[in-house]
Amino acid sequence: MHELGITQGIIELVAERAAGAKVNVLRLEIGKLSAIMPDAIRFCFDLCAQDTALDGAQLEIIEIPGRGRCRQCGGELAMEDFLARCECGSIDLECIAGEQLKIKEMEVV
Amino acid sequence: MCTTCGCSDKVHASVTDPDTGDTEALHTLDGHDGHEHHHHDHAHGHEHHHDHVHDHATTVALNEEILAKNNRFAERNRGWFAGRNILALNLLSAPGSGKTTLLERTLRDLKDELTIQVIEGDQATTQDAERIRATGCKVVQINTGTGCHLEADMLARGLQRLAPPLSSIVMIENVGNLVCPALFDLGERAKIVILSVTEGEDKPIKYPHMFRAAQVMILNKTDLLAYVDFDVDRCLAYARQVNPRLRIFQLSATKGTGLADWYAWLRAEMKASCSDSLPLDEEALARG
Repeated sequence: MHELGITQGIIELVAERAAGAKVNVLRLEIGKLSAIMPDAIRFCFDLCAQDTALDGAQLEIIEIPGRGRCRQCGGELAMEDFLARCECGSIDLECIAGEQLKIKEMEVV
Repeated sequence: MCTTCGCSDKVHASVTDPDTGDTEALHTLDGHDGHEHHHHDHAHGHEHHHDHVHDHATTVALNEEILAKNNRFAERNRGWFAGRNILALNLLSAPGSGKTTLLERTLRDLKDELTIQVIEGDQATTQDAERIRATGCKVVQINTGTGCHLEADMLARGLQRLAPPLSSIVMIENVGNLVCPALFDLGERAKIVILSVTEGEDKPIKYPHMFRAAQVMILNKTDLLAYVDFDVDRCLAYARQVNPRLRIFQLSATKGTGLADWYAWLRAEMKASCSDSLPLDEEALARG
């Protein structure tokens, strides 16, 4: 249980916030450096959404690229993965974007 | 084996030919039913919003963490530990790396010095709990069924049953898995990842999330180094590449070598955890 449980959690929370309204679209933000795979969430979504306020809703996932700040020189750089290296040679990077897992917004009718 | 994790491996799966460096993405799980999925070409690197026409649709901002529920339980556990001066440590590794053996050894060696209790996490059986119990230590087993990691609410229920005493250590042996447990905060003070020399030196870069989430790495089974092809220096370099702040101990839990540094770390953490969780020092406040 990982993406399946996570998808169930997302639907539970959104259905509660929809308070009886029907959800047409759900937007998530998933960082590319997070341990969550968007396709796995998509795969679970329709199944988990059945017979809830999100039944038939469209899932949009906005993938956020990784970004790091070097703890040595303070410079910022794109992080494709956790093996990124700053121009100054340091690998001691603080991840400033790309790890987020956020339920951003929903469209309800 | 967790079917969901199996799935997720496949979904972003790709086939790479190491000879040519060619990679082919596999999208095995796309378009699996009548719903229209707006999957994009992954070469785009990001998704675009579509212009949907939704009559009378209202957009409602949610801005909630996806793992909010688990994180709330984890914070509750953290407060619960702090109020009781309990040092909680989350032990993570692949199955068979020696988590339980390390625990057995630690419990026996430190039993006159520290009060340590254990939460055992496994999909099934209470075999590990029986092993821990044989050391004379109090233990509670959590079986996750099909789940491949412990979650904070499961731990809360385990803690209720364990009822650890004030000023003690709770060792949480997570389900053997180098993937999902990295994602789920349990309210612990530190995550400790255990890697054994029989597993291969490249595990830190193959499972970067886990090694990045951990504060401590224990390289176990060092007594077997003479029999396996394992480059310690390369392994430690990989681990530090993923997590430059990782504290690393090398030891053999079965032979009892290299344990002193690990024990010293435990004592120091216990002290630090107690002083962090003390209520406001009123005398110090009075002194200004």
